[in-house]
This record gives sequence, structure tokens and C-alpha cells, in this order.
Amino acid sequence: MSLRKIGLGVISALALTASMGLAHAKGDIIVAMQLEPPNLDPTSNAAGAIDSVLYSNVFEGLTRFGPDGSVNPGLAESWEISEDGKTYTFKLHEGVKFHDGTDMTAEDVKFSLDRARGDDSQNAQKALFAGIDGVEAVDPLTVKVTLKEPNGSFLFNMAWGDAVIVAPETIGDIASKPVGTGAFKFTNWVQGDRIDLEKNTDYWGEPAKLDKVTFKFISDPTAAFAAVMAEDVNAFVGFPAPENLPQFEADPRFQVLVGSTEGETILSTNNKLPPLDNIKVREAIAHAIDRQAIIDGAMFGYGTPIGTHFAPHNPDYVDLTSLSQYDPELSKKLLAEAGYPDGFTTTLKLPPPSYARRGGEIIASQLRAVGIETEITNLEWAQWLEQVFKGKDFGLTIVSHTEPMDIGIYARPDYYFQYDNPEFQKLIADLTVENDPEKRSALLKDAQETISNDYVNGYLFQLAFPTVADAKIKGLWKNQPTQATDLTAVYWED
Amino acid sequence: MSLLLHSRTLLPGLVLTLVFTGAALISLVWVPYDITVLDIASRMKPPSWVHPFGTDQFGRDILSMIMEGARTSIAVALVAVGIGMVIGVPFGLAAAVRKGGLMDEVIMRGNDLVFAFPSLLIAVMITAVFGASALNAIIAIGIFNIPVFARLTRGAALSLWSRDYILAARVAGKGQARISLEHILPNVANLLIVQGTIQFSLGILAEAGLSYVGLGAQPPIASWGRMLADSQTMISLAPHLALFPGLAILLTVLGLNLLGDGLRDALDPKLRRARV
Repeated sequence: MSLRKIGLGVISALALTASMGLAHAKGDIIVAMQLEPPNLDPTSNAAGAIDSVLYSNVFEGLTRFGPDGSVNPGLAESWEISEDGKTYTFKLHEGVKFHDGTDMTAEDVKFSLDRARGDDSQNAQKALFAGIDGVEAVDPLTVKVTLKEPNGSFLFNMAWGDAVIVAPETIGDIASKPVGTGAFKFTNWVQGDRIDLEKNTDYWGEPAKLDKVTFKFISDPTAAFAAVMAEDVNAFVGFPAPENLPQFEADPRFQVLVGSTEGETILSTNNKLPPLDNIKVREAIAHAIDRQAIIDGAMFGYGTPIGTHFAPHNPDYVDLTSLSQYDPELSKKLLAEAGYPDGFTTTLKLPPPSYARRGGEIIASQLRAVGIETEITNLEWAQWLEQVFKGKDFGLTIVSHTEPMDIGIYARPDYYFQYDNPEFQKLIADLTVENDPEKRSALLKDAQETISNDYVNGYLFQLAFPTVADAKIKGLWKNQPTQATDLTAVYWED
Repeated sequence: MSLLLHSRTLLPGLVLTLVFTGAALISLVWVPYDITVLDIASRMKPPSWVHPFGTDQFGRDILSMIMEGARTSIAVALVAVGIGMVIGVPFGLAAAVRKGGLMDEVIMRGNDLVFAFPSLLIAVMITAVFGASALNAIIAIGIFNIPVFARLTRGAALSLWSRDYILAARVAGKGQARISLEHILPNVANLLIVQGTIQFSLGILAEAGLSYVGLGAQPPIASWGRMLADSQTMISLAPHLALFPGLAILLTVLGLNLLGDGLRDALDPKLRRARV
């Protein structure tokens, strides 16, 4: 009897998979990612997962990032910059409608920018808007933005997910029912499981090729592997287990895209905590670290070594890895010079991603080799934010800084690693008002060298961004110039 | 010796237990490789003559990790069972002195309270609140051993208190505490040993479970549970990463359970008489 039951079970399971296979129309896609957004308002929450779901799909800004990181026209089809570099006049696209059917006009742009830069703004990147002096709606399709100082990266700033255009009528419910102008409309959010989007048939630009998009959230690496293998999901962006990638590459059902990100993975160092406040000690740590071993051991070879807080694919990047080459003997010598011939003990607090947990064990072993003992504590993200990021209660930690062009955080003395160098702060202040591309480039290179020479943090590697997808899916972004899963150009190949 | 031959479970249980205890003891003075030194270049090597159990994702020798892991498991489980016995047995003895008395009620209701919670859940809570470490794992597992031993001791002691020789002892003027220690405790000792062996195996499982979810011993201390968790995503690449810690847990727990069964058969007077 029990055998018959099993037989029935097998048959019904087969029938179920068969029917699921049939129902799978080519206009649908299920995209999985690791982290679920805490809410759906990109304009008032720092969580990158919000942009991963909504950027460009549901919300758009005046400008937008292309797959290569270039800044392209978004809702603004063109713009003029005044001679003194202080006034930007944006010409908006005609016929842009929000998903609720209302028109997107210059008033909405003014509302969005004023809301983001207002005193009570909850925007996570308020600095992007700090230079704005005034926003004026000249006519329904023209917006004039006046800056306090010329700002060379203003158009870049406007492409961020934090600078998307929202409507005053729907702002109240934005956290749970986002209404934007993008090629996809938000339909449903089942918390803890998935977010559904559908095609916006009234889209002003090139319409999306997919009819329905489902974002699924799978945090466990083992479950992620199983979901892709079983083809429960069509694509996994930011696949969490690099060790499984060769297996997917060998499987003709899948394609593996390993792209670059803006994620500088660093051994963040508390610059105010003795003995780490001693530059010699930080230099010793830098020379004790074997980057390639960390990339191989923690990321299975996926990652590019960096010697400063800057993305290697950026044209202004300077390769400074030679300043901190792996040299344990030099490291020991520096420790002795700093007054710690027998080393010291400090804490190493690790957030959940595998680059941190695995990288942490490797770094602990490398530091032990030169005499520095570390007490490893594994923390969940919430604890990490509380203890390390807010509380600054740490010696060392490993984290990937994924915001684009974020070297400016080193000019904030109260930032969690507490690097306080007036020279560097002046450098960044100069950079903000500099419009000349060549001078900007020189300043950026200066900035990279300054933090590298001060050994502020241990610079490990640029995080790779692996995407595993069904081999028939085309148009996915390979790189992550900003946190986004832009599906507007994605389609199924026949 | 005849005991060993009569019981079908005692010998294999004893052998397995001795193997792992031995491995743990040897690791105190010697392991094949230093597990705090990583060798990324030779990671995930399959078993070979150089590394009998292969190497893990950081190039550490898995045999050495298993040996040190045995030490962690055994130390955590042993101390946890110790806590349970040292606190639980006196509670049980005290409760049994007068059935239904105030002392009995207070102790046994307290026991029920602890028993009412799923043990692993509370262990997770304790380690989440006080931080993940081997010490907190010991405390968490130890707390749940207290009511086990308290109940067992009370149950066995209650039936002893009505015996004639206890009455004789009372007539001779011995106090309750003294009777508990001199007459009751020796007579429940065999039960405690058997239960202790079972609890020991459960303790090893609990330690592995806590380490698996990241709440047990922290790196670089080796732990079987964490080895399993770490190797999870690599199981299709290098199955030996999960195989050996998994086998170690399985065989240790199996060995202790067999040993417990065998000891019960050997120590239980009724069964012994039946056999003869």
C-alpha cells in the first residue's frame, strides 16, 4: 500500500512539474537576489536592495546609468549648462506618465528635488543634493536647477537611485506601493518571498520586452544554488556562492556573467582605536595581507586586487597595490618600530557575506603569522550596523563599499573608520567644485594616493558581481555600475 | 569481561567512543597539521596519503580539524552534562525526600518550566543574547540537562525511600541529607551513568547544531558543526568536506548511544539476572 502511495506521489509530482513547465510563457521572468528590500522607497532609505529591484524598472531620474556606468539622458531628454556651470536647464520628455495615469511634469521634478534636499529629508544620500540652490519649473517641460557652486558631478548625482522622480500625490504610500514612471509597474509584494512587476503599456520610451517580472529573495547560498539548478528561478543576480560558478559555467542550460561592481572590499580599520591609530601599525597590517590568497580562498578567484578605495574599471584609477605588497617580514619590522615587537590583540567583526566570513578567517591567519592576534566575532547585518557602523566599537572589520565613486567618505571624520585628515578633506572639497575634467582626474588620483599612503584601511579587492541566468535570457546587465537590476532591455531568445 | 561479551552493543559503543575520545586527547599534544595556518594553494584536495581526509576550502588538513573538533565537541558536551548532573542530581534528591512537599513542588515545577521550552530554541536565544562562543554553548546545553537529571534522580529515589533499609537508617538516627547521600545516591548511580552517556551524545549533537547555525565555538576553534555548515555550498565540488565531519558526528553519537544501551543492559540487575 505504501508503495502505491509513493507511486501516486511521484506521478502527481511529475504532473506538477510538467504543468509548471507548460505555464512558463516567454514573457515572464523570475529573477532571484539575496537581500529583500526593507521598503520600496529609494528616496528615503539607504538599503541597496531597493534599487536592485526598482531602479530604472519602476523609478527613473533625470539622468540614468547605462550598463557601462555612463550617464545617459533619463526623463530629461536634453540639458543645457550655463557658462558659469551653476545653472542646469533640463528639457523633459513629452508625454511621460506616472503609473497612476497622471502626467510627469516639471512640478514633479521640483517636488522630488526639493523633498530630497529639504531640512526634514530622509534621503540616504543628502549630499547629492546639498549643492542645489533652487529648483524652478519654467514650464511643464522645462526645469531650471541652480547650484551654489559649479559641480562637475551633478549629472552623475542625478542618475543615482536616490534621485529618482516621484509624484506628490502618491508619495504617502511610496514605501509599500511605489508609483514611478518606468517601463514596469509595481503590482504586488509578498513580504519575505517576492515582488511582482508588470509591463507598463503606456511607457513613454522603448517599451519593455517582458510582460511580467517576479523578484524572489533567497538569502541562503545553498538554497540559491538549489533554486538555480532546479530552474525554479530564471536568473540569480549577485549569486552568493562563487564556488558554484564553475559548475554553472559547465552546464549548457546556464550562462554566467561575472561583472565588475563599485564594491571596494576593504579591511576597515578603526583609525581612532589604539594601536590602530598608529600609521606604522596600519602599514604593518597592510603588508601582512596576501590579497591573492584572500581572492582565491574567499571568492574562488573572482575579484580584482585594489590598493586604494577606487574601482579599477574607472579611467582615473591608480594601481597602488605595490604600496602594500605582501611582505610579512617588513610587516614584523614595522610592528617592532611601532613598539609592538610581539604584536597585539584586536577584534575582527564580520558581517554575513561570504567574502567577509571566509576572508576574515584568512586574514586572521595572515595577521597571526606576523604576531597580530584577532578575536573573530560573526555578526548579523543589524548587529554590524549597530556595533560597528554606528557604535564604532571595533578594531577591524571586512565590508564591501558598493556605492559608486564613494572616496568622499574618507573626508568625513565621523564616518565609522574615523579617518581625520584635513588635507584630504580639502582635496575632496576642491573636487566637488572642480568642473575641469583634467583637474578632476588629477584630484581623484591625489585622493587615492593620500588614503593609500596613510594606510587608512586594508584594501583587499574589488568585488565581482556574478549573475547566473538561463542561457536563453539576453540583455541582462553584466556589471553593476550602481545597484540595479535593469530589466527594461531583457528578453527571451527563441 | 564477560559483561562485554554478553552485551552486543557495549563493545562497539565502547570502541567508537574510545576512538573519538582518543583522537581528542591526542589533539591536545599533537595534530598532523596546524589548523591555524591556511594554505590556500592546496585547498579542497581530495583524500591522499599526505592528507588522509583531504583538505578544506582554506587548505587546512581535515583530519587535524576532525581531531580538534572532537576535542571541542567532547569538551562542550562533557562540561554541559557535568553541569546537568552537579545541579540536577541534588535537586532530584532533595525533591524526593518528601513527595508532594513544598520543596518537591518548587523543584519539579521549575523543571517543568525548563522542559516546556524546546531546548535548541532556548540555546539559540541564550547564545544570541550573550554572544556566540563555546562557553555560552556549554551553558545553554548544560541548563537543559538539569531537569533531565533532576527528574531521573527523583523518580528513582522516591521508590527507594519506602524501602526497609532506609527505614532502618532513619531509626538509626541518620538525617535526610545523610541518607540521601549514603544510601540513595549510590543506588541511583547506575541509572545516572546510563543517562549521562545518552545526554553526552545529545550534547554533542546540540553543540554541532549550534555551531552549524554559527552560535557555537567561533573560528579558529575547530568545530564539526561549523565544518558542515562551511562545506554546504561546496558539497557538489568536494564531497569529502562534508563527509568527514558528518561521519564524525554520526559515529560519535552512535557510539555513545550503543555504549549507553550496553551499560544499561549490563548495570540493570533485572536484565542481568534474566541473562544468567
